This record gives sequence, structure tokens and C-alpha cells, in this order.
Amino acid sequence: MIEATSQAQSRHRALRADVRRRNWRDIALGIHSGLMYFFLYAPIVILVLFSFTTDSFGARMTGFTFSWYGKLLQDERLIGAAWNTLKVAFISTVISTIIGTLTALAIERYRFRGRTGMDALLYLPIVIPEIVMALALLAFFAFSFGVLQKITGAQFKMSLTTVIIAHIAFSISFVVVVVRASLKGFDRRLEEAAQDLGANEWQTFWRVTFPLILPGIIGGALLAFTISLDDFVISFFTTGPGTSLLPIEVYSQVKRAVTPKINAISTLMLVISMTLVGLSQFVQRQRR
Amino acid sequence: MAIESISARRRRENGLLRLLRRSDAARLWSLLFPGLFWLTVFFALPLVVILLYSFLTPGPTGDVIWRFTLDNYWTLFTKDLYVNAYLRSLWIGVVTTVICLLIGYPLALYIVQRSPRWRNLLLFLVLIPFWTNFLVRTYAWMIILSNTGVINSVLQALGLARQTLLNTTGAVLAGLIYGELPFMVLPIYASLDRFDFTLLEAASDLGADRARAFLRVMLPLTMPGVAAGSVLVFIPTVGQFVVSDLLGGAKVDMLGNLLQRLFTRSNPPNWPLGSAMALIFMLVLTVAVLFYFRVTTEEDR
Repeated sequence: MIEATSQAQSRHRALRADVRRRNWRDIALGIHSGLMYFFLYAPIVILVLFSFTTDSFGARMTGFTFSWYGKLLQDERLIGAAWNTLKVAFISTVISTIIGTLTALAIERYRFRGRTGMDALLYLPIVIPEIVMALALLAFFAFSFGVLQKITGAQFKMSLTTVIIAHIAFSISFVVVVVRASLKGFDRRLEEAAQDLGANEWQTFWRVTFPLILPGIIGGALLAFTISLDDFVISFFTTGPGTSLLPIEVYSQVKRAVTPKINAISTLMLVISMTLVGLSQFVQRQRR
Repeated sequence: MAIESISARRRRENGLLRLLRRSDAARLWSLLFPGLFWLTVFFALPLVVILLYSFLTPGPTGDVIWRFTLDNYWTLFTKDLYVNAYLRSLWIGVVTTVICLLIGYPLALYIVQRSPRWRNLLLFLVLIPFWTNFLVRTYAWMIILSNTGVINSVLQALGLARQTLLNTTGAVLAGLIYGELPFMVLPIYASLDRFDFTLLEAASDLGADRARAFLRVMLPLTMPGVAAGSVLVFIPTVGQFVVSDLLGGAKVDMLGNLLQRLFTRSNPPNWPLGSAMALIFMLVLTVAVLFYFRVTTEEDR
């Protein structure tokens, strides 16, 4: 009897020690995570905060002002670059979304010889280092422009067109990944039901398949758009002299000096990215 | 029941018809062609072009002379400048990956143990920096670390001496870890999310202490996440040039910086050498990644 109670007591004690240890572990994990979130967000907060400072070194809060944002509007180079960035992002998103959706349909719906090869071709742009792809495109454009000049005699130069071509080349893969995911969770019986009810394949696609994978297509398009807006490396190597893009312009200004004006444009870029993330999260939530 | 059997029959018919009808092949081809064309011409072909360039002779004005040579590869393996850049890049890549793993795993573990509502919020908070501009995030560290930056302003206000923080290896590592951490946390979170935590209790019932339970049960079962995260951090780290350029000055030269200079800045540019360098880099990375996956899946057993 006594033995039993002491056994129960010792087990009880062990359990309590265990709970205490678990609590300590939880607290330690909590503190660590708190520090990690501080690490992730402190730089962003500082960046945003110092876009409003009156200190021209942008490292102290000597006062509050909106004037740096006003200066952005006077910087014509910056505004031109921003327009170029939007143009590139918009055109490359439209084209890569169409191509990517078609490719996803082909791969997900058909069994064909060379399917594994196509898979590899689609994953490579995601896997290989960005700079290798950028330099390869630079070399490729220079090479083919040389060849074209020999044949036609006309001069070709790097421009926004080459940037758009390059952006489409890396966006297709991302669109395919997202659209394929939505095709995988798709109930094929819905299409069969539509065809049983007399719809032809064209009608089935537009009335049944397309609306059901639309959230996936929109998600892929938003991803492509964000990647294109933010891209620096590929744009840097595939653009020509005189045509700048926003990240390239920011980069060249940053190389010169740290000023609150760059903080201001960076803050705007952050706000746009975050809005796009919010939007894509919203679209995905609608899907459920 | 009836519907299912009909649809099954239809599917079989479709399968047969698919083989027989030529119009189906035409449909597949029209779906596949645009993507295949674009990726072949603007992705695969450019890689072939740099493969070609890597065997050509660099000209005196930055052009290429059509004479076959292996000199570019020879230079890469014999000149200290390039050998050191390779070694330094790999080393910085490994350090960044290991630190991201050490600080990212506990964070993922913490997030996965929260209630669903908190979990989504905390995960979203990790996701936001992951989606924001890499250049902007790197620039934020310049504000913090520069000579007139935030840390030095604080030091000065406290009456302490200013420190040189920018243009050091430490600054580059800080920027890289900051930029890549989300890529480590997300895959680890995904594999922890599938992990059955009652297995830990089972392990402790069988007499394993905490450390053993972690090393023998939890870590092996979440290895796919660790492997994926490591690769996602390692590849862009080794290949980047923005962080080492902005936070390291010219003092912490990585592969990306040398590549950028060989192609655009140096006088004259040397594309054949740059092409060879990019290709060897891709090869080294592929081998490293394959090796890593082999090691981690062996531990899995």
C-alpha cells in the first residue's frame, strides 16, 4: 500500500518535472521566436521610419517630413524607370500566364513521350542560379543580334523587349507550378458530367474547367507579376543602355549614397509587394 | 455506383480514342508548343551559347575570336583569384545555410505548435519578407550598418567609438541570413506540420531522453524539409552578387561579383572566361546538391 503511494508520488513528481521542463523549453522557444521576428522586422521598420526623417543621412530621427516622397515625384529618371518596370511586369505576366496555363494543361492532362524532359525543362529555370540564366541570356542576345545583323544588315540592341522576353522565360515555370497544383485537385467527373449533358469539349473547357482552375491561374499570374516587379539580376543583364527599371535605378542610387529618398522609394516598393501578397492570400482563401 | 462505372468506361474509351485520334495529338501539340518553344529558344539555347563561348578565345576589345581553346577552364583552376572566389563563395554559402538551419528550425517548431489561428498569422509574418524585394531588404542593412548608420549613431550617442561594420564578411553574412531565412523556415514548417508529435511521447516511453528523441525521431522524419530548405538557401546564396556588392564592398568578392565584372565591368570584358566560370559554377552546385540529397536520404533510413 505504502509502496504503491510512494510509487504514485514519484511518478507524479517525474511528471511535474517533465511539465516544468516542457514549460522552460516552450519559453526558450518563444523567446527565440520573438527575437527572430525582431530580426525579420526591425530592418523593415527602420527603413520605413527613416523615410520620414529630416536628417539627410537618414540614420537619425531629427524630425518628421514627407518631403522625400515629394522629391520622388520630381525625379524623372525614377518615374520613367517605374513605368518601364510596370510595363515589363504587365506584358510578361499576361504572356507567361497564357503560355504557362497551356503548358500545365498539356502536362497534367496528357501522357506523351518526352514528358519527363519537358518537366526538367520547366524546373531548371527555378533551380539554376539566377545569375547563370541572366548571363546566358545576355550572351544569347548578343550572339543572335550579331547573327541577325550579318543576315539582315539591321542593328539590334538590348531594350525593354529583351527584358520582357527574359522575364517570360523565367515566369512560365512558376505559373506552371501553381496552375498544375490546381489541376491536380480537380474532379475530372465534373467534365465528364458536362459532356454527358451534351457539352462539346470547347464548351466544357470554358464553362467547367476554366472557372474551376481560375484561382490557380490568378495565383500564378500574381506570382509572375511580383517576381517580375522585384527582379533585379535578370533585368540588370538583359536591359540596354538608356532603358532603366526601378530595381536597377535603386541599385545605382544606393551605390552612390544612402539617402532618405531611397528609403521613400523602397517603402513604396514594400507597400506594393505586401499588397500583392495580401491579394494572392485573399484569392487562395476564396478558393477554399 | 452507376455513374462511376459509366465514367470509368468513358475514361477507358478516351484512353483508346486518344491513341487512335490524330486530332488529339494536334491538340496536345498546340497546348505544348508555346511553352516548349519559349523555353527551348530563350532558356536552353542561351545555355548552349555560353557552353560554346566557354571554348572560344577572348578578343582584345571584349569580343570573341572563333578559335577553340581550353585556356578559360585552365585559368579558372589555376589562378588564385578564381579559385579563392569559388572557395569563399562555397564557404559563405555553407555558413549561411547552417546558421539559417540552426535559427530557422526552432522558429518553425514554435510556429507549428501554436493554435491554428496563431499559426497562420505567424507563418504569414515569415512569408512577408520572403515576398518583398531582395534589394530593398539588403539596402535596409546598409542603413543599419553604414558609418553614419543606425548602430553607429547609437554608439556615438552613448559616447562610444564608431565601428566599421559595412564592407565586412560579417555584414555580408548578416544580409544573406536575413534574406534567406524565410526559405529555410517554410519547408521545415511544412515537414513539421506532417510530423506526428505523439511519436515523441512514444520515444520517451521507450526510454529515450529529449535529445535522443529529437535526433533519432524528429530530425530524421523532418529531414526532407531540412534538405529542401538547405538547397533553397544554398543555391541563391552562392550565386548572388547584390548582397556581397552592397554590404561587402569590393572586399568580400564572391562568384557572382567576379561574373558580373567579367561580363560587364572589366576592361575589356572577358565573356569566354565568364561563361566557363558560370558553367563550372552550375556543375559544382549540381554535384553539391545531389551529394547533399544522397546524404540526407541515407540518414532517413
